[in-house]
Amino acid sequence: MFELIGIPPQALFGQLLLGLINGAFYAVLSLGLALIFGLLNIINFTHGAQYMMGAFAAWLLLNLAGLGYWPALLLAPVIVGVTGVLIERFLLKRLRGLDPLYGLLLTFGLALIVEGAFRQVYGVSGLAYPVPPSLAGGVNLGFMFLPLYRGWVVLASIVACLVTWAVIERTRLGATLRAATENPALVQAFGVNVPRLVTLTYGFGVALAAFAGVLAAPIYSVHPLMGANLIIVVFAVVVIGGMGSILGSVLTGFGLGVVEGLTKVFWPEASNTVIFVIMAIVLLIKPAGLFGRAT
Amino acid sequence: MMAAGVRIAAVAGVLAALLLAPFAIYPVFLMKALCFALFASAFNLLIGYVGLLSFGHAAFFGFSAYVAGHAAKVWGWPPEAALLAATLVAAVMGVVFGALAIRRQGIYFAMVTLALAQMIFFLSLQAEFTGGEDGIQAIPRGVLLGVFDLGKPLVMYYFVLAVFLLGFLIIWRTINSPFGWVLKAIRENEPRAVSLGYRVDRYKLLAFVLSATLSGLAGGIKALVFQLASLTDVHWHASGEVVLMTLLGGLGTVLGPAVGAVLIVGIQNYLAALGAWVTIVQGVVFVVVVLLFRRGIVGELLARRRKGV
Repeated sequence: MFELIGIPPQALFGQLLLGLINGAFYAVLSLGLALIFGLLNIINFTHGAQYMMGAFAAWLLLNLAGLGYWPALLLAPVIVGVTGVLIERFLLKRLRGLDPLYGLLLTFGLALIVEGAFRQVYGVSGLAYPVPPSLAGGVNLGFMFLPLYRGWVVLASIVACLVTWAVIERTRLGATLRAATENPALVQAFGVNVPRLVTLTYGFGVALAAFAGVLAAPIYSVHPLMGANLIIVVFAVVVIGGMGSILGSVLTGFGLGVVEGLTKVFWPEASNTVIFVIMAIVLLIKPAGLFGRAT
Repeated sequence: MMAAGVRIAAVAGVLAALLLAPFAIYPVFLMKALCFALFASAFNLLIGYVGLLSFGHAAFFGFSAYVAGHAAKVWGWPPEAALLAATLVAAVMGVVFGALAIRRQGIYFAMVTLALAQMIFFLSLQAEFTGGEDGIQAIPRGVLLGVFDLGKPLVMYYFVLAVFLLGFLIIWRTINSPFGWVLKAIRENEPRAVSLGYRVDRYKLLAFVLSATLSGLAGGIKALVFQLASLTDVHWHASGEVVLMTLLGGLGTVLGPAVGAVLIVGIQNYLAALGAWVTIVQGVVFVVVVLLFRRGIVGELLARRRKGV
């Protein structure tokens, strides 16, 4: 067995894979944040709570309705997305035209309510969600053992990001969406129902978060606060990448996940803080973010 | 505008009430409320007068609490020296965080401060001197200036009150100084302030440092009051709470943050036994204030009086 700078390859590739998985969540969550920010001009602080709701929806579907992983992967984002539509329709809509900071404060309040409510009902010990039988086990790649489910999480996230990118950059709906981001009044004058577009965009961004939550459920335990700390890291990812480009936020997400994984191997104590340090450096060198436009 | 005589009478009345309060109300509650009132007032300097929403002020509050606790307990420093150290550390942190955060505006500013504060949280969790999950416990209150024994609740209360009034006075002077007016100009129309020749970034940074410093003072004294410095005070929840206090009382009003702080601390005490309900209620207050009265309690009262005149 060869060693790389004193690190056994099993540990190195294992952490790299974990980094890729975290990066997948960063990518999907920051993608949703960027979509919502583009059209609503608010930062959705509830995003972490909605990721957690996705995981809980999967758990509830399994334990109350007996629906397994695959139906949950489809249904949970729809259910959570519908709650997002309601939030936009009845709460966020009232803040149109105000300082975007109020949107941040409102969604922060919603996050506290949702996380508090789940904590009150389910406690903080965390619930187990089984790996779907079709993805149990793993394959030996020669240099490392790859659990199938973890490979699937990375793959599914990449596909979700690519599909989102294709819809926005390559379809007529996406073109309308981009136009509405640039100039909502003009697009509305062309007869497009912009308020509905805004509502659906928020719902879709939220559904993406819930999708990530379902993917995460078998890996991490289903826990009321699972999104709370994650969302702060995702904010740092968004600051580093800038919210101007979809592929930019996806690349930043995966890249930072890998950097974090590598830090875990070479300097474990710094793995919690490395992304924040990178954020500070990026702010010094390129304040608008790696892929961002100056604001 | 109130007549000068009425205003003086009102200030005298509030001061008398603050002096007599510990004879009617549990002093520890009052001291906690005063600490958070100072914290929220310091925070308001930034959001209310420069329009910058920091979501990471717990870093200054909580980390300064650790510094004060460590200085008083491990180094055996007297309370005034421990507080001074806590305040200075917060000022230095304010320079570093401020210089980074003011490079972005609006929503990004909030995210940057939140992320930097989270870094301080993890450092506090891992560092040796903070005691990790246990925090620093049994911090001695000590003897102030070698004369006043802060172990006595009443003496401690009057010391906290004095520190609060000092901090509040500094904030009040700042707001009503030419410096404060430039801050307000930046809040209202930043490009215009730039075109008038103000070096906006310097003003923002100075306001940030002042806000961080006073938040540190509040955190330091809280550590002495409760004889405890813990992760709770560096957690993002604490950053959110100070936002809530200021919002509820009234952004950009002089008294609003203090009013909001007393109310939120009151709610916390009242619901303390109910676990996660505190979080839920705080979330509901956030939503209700943002949707129904964005000016906050004091802001609404002021607006109503203005309309009545």
